[in-house]
Amino acid sequence: MFIEIQHINKIYTDKDNNANTVLEDINLEIPKGQFVSILGPSGCGKSTLLSMIAGLTSASSGGIVVDGKNVQKPGKDRGMVFQEAALFPWMTVTENVVFPLRKEMNKKQAIERARHFLQMVQLSNYAGHYPHELSGGMQQRVSIARSLAMDPAVLLMDEPFGALDEQTRSRLHGQLEKIWIDTQKTIVFVTHSIQESIKLSDRIVVMGTRPGTVIADIEVDIPRPRDEHKQQVAALEERIMGLLKGEIDKVINEELAYEARS
Amino acid sequence: MKPAVKRLIFFAALILFWGLGSHFELWHETILPSPFSVWDALVAGFADLTLVYDLVASFRRLLIGLAVSLLIGTALGILLARSKTADDTIGSMVLALQSVPSIIWLPLAMMWFGLGEGAIIFVVILGGTFVMTLNVRTGIKNVNPLYIKAARTMGSTGIDLFWKVIIPASIPYLVTGARLAWAFAWRALMAGELLSAGPGLGYTLRYASDFGNMALVIGVMIIIGVVGAVVDQLIFQRIEKNVLKRWGLES
Repeated sequence: MFIEIQHINKIYTDKDNNANTVLEDINLEIPKGQFVSILGPSGCGKSTLLSMIAGLTSASSGGIVVDGKNVQKPGKDRGMVFQEAALFPWMTVTENVVFPLRKEMNKKQAIERARHFLQMVQLSNYAGHYPHELSGGMQQRVSIARSLAMDPAVLLMDEPFGALDEQTRSRLHGQLEKIWIDTQKTIVFVTHSIQESIKLSDRIVVMGTRPGTVIADIEVDIPRPRDEHKQQVAALEERIMGLLKGEIDKVINEELAYEARS
Repeated sequence: MKPAVKRLIFFAALILFWGLGSHFELWHETILPSPFSVWDALVAGFADLTLVYDLVASFRRLLIGLAVSLLIGTALGILLARSKTADDTIGSMVLALQSVPSIIWLPLAMMWFGLGEGAIIFVVILGGTFVMTLNVRTGIKNVNPLYIKAARTMGSTGIDLFWKVIIPASIPYLVTGARLAWAFAWRALMAGELLSAGPGLGYTLRYASDFGNMALVIGVMIIIGVVGAVVDQLIFQRIEKNVLKRWGLES
């Protein structure tokens, strides 16, 4: 399988030496070219799992294989888009996109490649601008272009549209869907929005919390574009809502119990 | 009303009050000379070029001292930010050194370097170095971890990560450090010059005082103040503002 996540556990000890299990025995197989959403309430460890695929966080046990290689540390084969755009403010838009390319090709080629991917996210006109001159949505598009320009085997996205307003988010959903169809990239997309996951993905991995486990693995067979199949979308939304309700109650109850104790 | 206009009116009023006070002899000329005497002293000083030589001599020491202090300060700051052991040991010493005015080193510096350029420049270097060190250290330690994570996913590690991401990301702190280093160095320079041989603005200040030339004393004080304000506002604050804006830190 293209991405194999095998028996991942993540336990961390806090300052009082209590062991907290963030992820418990996660097993996932993701085929090449699939758009997978990892959906769950906050604190379910979905971002931690993504960070492990990126190689930024290590697992307490278990292993991750991407395209036949064991994940040990970050690498250009796995592009990451964070919730904040993470563009370097001292570089222009083009320089930001060139950053990951500068070692493997000459400057002219790198700039040419940057131009191509900026065109893909419709920001050719802003190539010479600095990030602070761009809106949040535009910055996030540059960040997507920067990741795509490395030609990664997989694109990892950590709630990339979470900080944007509703209209911008909806527009970027359309753009991302188109980019995915055009480039055939494997995308692992972390989100807490049920609608977002249904709108975009082939498959939704629903995670529960405390400890983080996979509670459902749903194939989404609604034809695209999904805006045109509102009934099926609503039915799936309800089903996932039902799955997550128990999880959300669990979080609230735990917090109430904690407050009662303290 | 524009701030510049307000400022102009304020200073005009101040000088007017000063002039009127002198005119009606509210204070004696030997205690506080009139603005006209100060003006004459400044014109005479620039006409016979003594003040020009003073300015050149002072700036020469300042530029040498500041350049060296920025270099040492940056290097030391990088060391403190990267090495926990250095931070725990040298870092605590730097904090102690920063809290004392560098002029207290002058007696020692005179023993080491003699009563001349060397001693003053040494004091200027000490004046600027530690504030730069502390700012560089803070800047590097406060780099947004997101930049580092993002850079690592783009294949940047080690030295490349440090020079291409961490150092540029901490430039706002470096600029602030340089501005403060300049301010401390300028103060250290004036103190050093007051206590040693000329030429130099501080030396002329003391020389004029020894000969009871109060008009020149005030004239030199004004030059020192104006130079300090102009360099700070026209050079450093402008750079700082641009950098903060570009780095997205401006509120």
